Amino acid sequence: MLLRPTDRGLFCEAGNFYVDPWQPVDRAVITHAHGDHARWGSRSYLGSREGERVMRTRLGEQAHIRCVDFGEVVTLDGVRVSLHPAGHILGSAQVRIEHQGEVCVVSGDYKTEPDDTCSAFEPVRCHTFVTESTFGLPIFRWDPQHEVMAEVRDWWAGNRDAGRSSILFAYALGKAQRVLSALRGADIGPIVTHGAVERLTRDYRDSGVAMPDTIYAGAEPRGRDWKGALIVAPPSAAGSPWLRRFGASSTAFASGWMRIRGARRRRSLDRGFVLSDHVDWPALLAAIDATGAECVWVTHGYREPVVRWLRDTGREARSVASQWEGEDDASELDATELSAEDAAAQP
Amino acid sequence: MKRFAALFSAIDSTTRTNEKVLAMADYFRDADPHDAAWAVHVLSGERPKRLVPARRLAAWAIEEAGIPEWLFEEGYHAVGDLAETISLVLPPARRESDMPLHHWIEDRLLALAGQSDDVQRQAVGEAWQELSGVERFLWNKLITGGFRVGVSRLLVIRALSKMSGIDDATLTHRLTGHWHPDAAAFSALVAADTADADVSRPYPFFLAYALEHELESLGNAGEWQVEWKWDGIRAQLLHRRGQRFLWSRGEESVADRFPELADAAALLPPGTALDGEILPWVDERPLPFAELQRRIGRTKLTPKILREVPVVLLAYDILELDARDLRADPLSERRRALESVLRFSGDVPLRISPIIPAADWGAVRSAHGRARDMLAEGLMLKRRDSAYGVGRRKGAWWKWKVAPHTVDAVMIYAQAGHGRRASLHTDYTFAVWQDGQLVPFAKAYSGLTDVEIRALDSWIRKNTTEKFGPVRSVKPEQVFELAFEGIQRSPRHKSGIAVRFPRILRWRTDKPAAEADSLETLHGLLEKFG
Repeated sequence: MLLRPTDRGLFCEAGNFYVDPWQPVDRAVITHAHGDHARWGSRSYLGSREGERVMRTRLGEQAHIRCVDFGEVVTLDGVRVSLHPAGHILGSAQVRIEHQGEVCVVSGDYKTEPDDTCSAFEPVRCHTFVTESTFGLPIFRWDPQHEVMAEVRDWWAGNRDAGRSSILFAYALGKAQRVLSALRGADIGPIVTHGAVERLTRDYRDSGVAMPDTIYAGAEPRGRDWKGALIVAPPSAAGSPWLRRFGASSTAFASGWMRIRGARRRRSLDRGFVLSDHVDWPALLAAIDATGAECVWVTHGYREPVVRWLRDTGREARSVASQWEGEDDASELDATELSAEDAAAQP
Repeated sequence: MKRFAALFSAIDSTTRTNEKVLAMADYFRDADPHDAAWAVHVLSGERPKRLVPARRLAAWAIEEAGIPEWLFEEGYHAVGDLAETISLVLPPARRESDMPLHHWIEDRLLALAGQSDDVQRQAVGEAWQELSGVERFLWNKLITGGFRVGVSRLLVIRALSKMSGIDDATLTHRLTGHWHPDAAAFSALVAADTADADVSRPYPFFLAYALEHELESLGNAGEWQVEWKWDGIRAQLLHRRGQRFLWSRGEESVADRFPELADAAALLPPGTALDGEILPWVDERPLPFAELQRRIGRTKLTPKILREVPVVLLAYDILELDARDLRADPLSERRRALESVLRFSGDVPLRISPIIPAADWGAVRSAHGRARDMLAEGLMLKRRDSAYGVGRRKGAWWKWKVAPHTVDAVMIYAQAGHGRRASLHTDYTFAVWQDGQLVPFAKAYSGLTDVEIRALDSWIRKNTTEKFGPVRSVKPEQVFELAFEGIQRSPRHKSGIAVRFPRILRWRTDKPAAEADSLETLHGLLEKFG
């Protein structure tokens, strides 16, 4: 087998590298810049050119990062490694590993739905497919983005008419920019950002992704009237004193978890918009099928149900533990905590 | 249904009470009165009779979704709500429906009554094809009951009051007891003429808040009437125009559960309403509450159970005499009226809850110390000049409960919660020591803060030793101080005991599991108070 799970993450012995290790290693291949995949401290990284800017923000300007184009083949100790778009966030990649005729693909996180802020997911044929399973249950099914964004605009308009500001929580890296991009040209605004969001949005702009104009909240005078504004902030800002400046407001969260009513109510949010950067149940199964893989490794999420489903439908499958046990929204909570680091890093 | 779904979404998409009330008031104003009647009914927590067992509904959804049962169960554990899980796994709707709410309830839901399994299956499947999103969720909620949407009966009444200009008390009175949701009932509910009075209707119960300050802050002890706080079922017994009614505080008619009380009501003068406590009563003493539960649990009241668990109504108050509403009179006058009415000999199961003589606060404290011996939950303090109000109000009446029993116990199992606690582990099983083994004795769900729940959830995930479905065995390391009100022998529990109202007082992070209490401690409490 080309890969094996270790206590630092997936290891390719033949090529002497790890994929998304959660502890410092010599050679790390990174699928994308989210904190539970790109960990600080390894001696060298290999990542996609598309994601270079955001990886540097996350891993530090000093980090030794070799960037490659999608599809470009790099040989590591005789193992052929290439990156292919995963459609999750800017620069997100699947890692294709080929050695002695055997092909293994590590998906990282991915979605197959189109997203203007990153390259579209490409199915890659392989023998072994390592898939995430964040939303690996049939209760998770997404409506198309344009329908969800229409709800967001209606919510904003209702708040504006009621003299309130609209505070939308979205992960600072990826979801926030996807939402912003989808609001380009919409009759909405002003669009105001939290520091964590602003900094990564700048990275997106620097990477050539079109973003609407945003106002960084921290640069605005105290006591400004925010009625009718749309504020985009990381989920960690929910319930924090930072929100007080916006006065009367309505709060919402854009996340796949908002498919579950209890997940929204538990956070005392007014609205939940079901918008995810992961595959839903039908897309997960379709993506697995498209790889033609004989064997599927399932990690990160609802591992056991997905493994059992795959086995019951005649495929070889195994569950691979990750340090980030995301059986439910715990994984997104981790992501929330990680983005809190960014909150400190004001632009 | 679309209009009602929009109302639900409006209510559900705000955490502000005022906005919920406004949304409901708008709905009640615009909606067809027949729909409005049903909306009042379900939003205030009533539900149509359950006609399809929840498990059967789930089985049909599993068929429609084309998934195995275990996968549905996984979804249910993540969602924590059956109606919601069903609406999420079903394939998208094929049609739309413009039919109003009352059509969905009366012609589609209630029409399922008495139908064969196949017919029900067919009808429910068709409904699913016509409903999507929120509408489908609401339909499932109506079928499975338990319609909790973050609105209380109180808020519904406020909305009705806003819409109609009629005061809350009148609306509460009109909504109490039998209320059949149809257009006429809704019109009568919001009718400007308030002279109506259904003969069967009880009054809204007046409730007390827990005592917050020292007794001395209540002023002069002589201004207060002190009674035992009995541990039974609060109820109103009515005798009006030859008819007898017995209502529990949940506004459920319980006359058929307690026929001896309904019979005794005939001895009251016509036009009488008593407020009191139903208690299992033998030799002028209450039996433990569990005995009453045993009797309530019987579907058929056999002579044996009637003999073993006889009940009395211990009357606290009189709300109506000679068809006159006495609630505005001072308590001292109502008490005199009550004493004049309840002059029966021994075998009539209607008694007066005794007043505890208490000339000063010292005497009240000493009575409080004796409450457990009386099998009472504590004391009631009522201002002698107080009117009988509506709902829970501060100031006139206070309850002063005895401190609960407490033990330190070890958490051994955890399970994810429901509703807003879905996919967080919030239901815990606790055990105490016996011969080096941990014996489970209680489950508790409440008492921790949100921060503690999250921390504990994360600990549980990392320290799971085994999983059986939704239940996890965890390392027996975490100790909690549990409080409970009563303790009973119970052959159904492995520990041989059952406790009443167990809840978590504190997370004893300072205490190692080995120092938790033993079953012996519980048996000691059982000897003393069981």
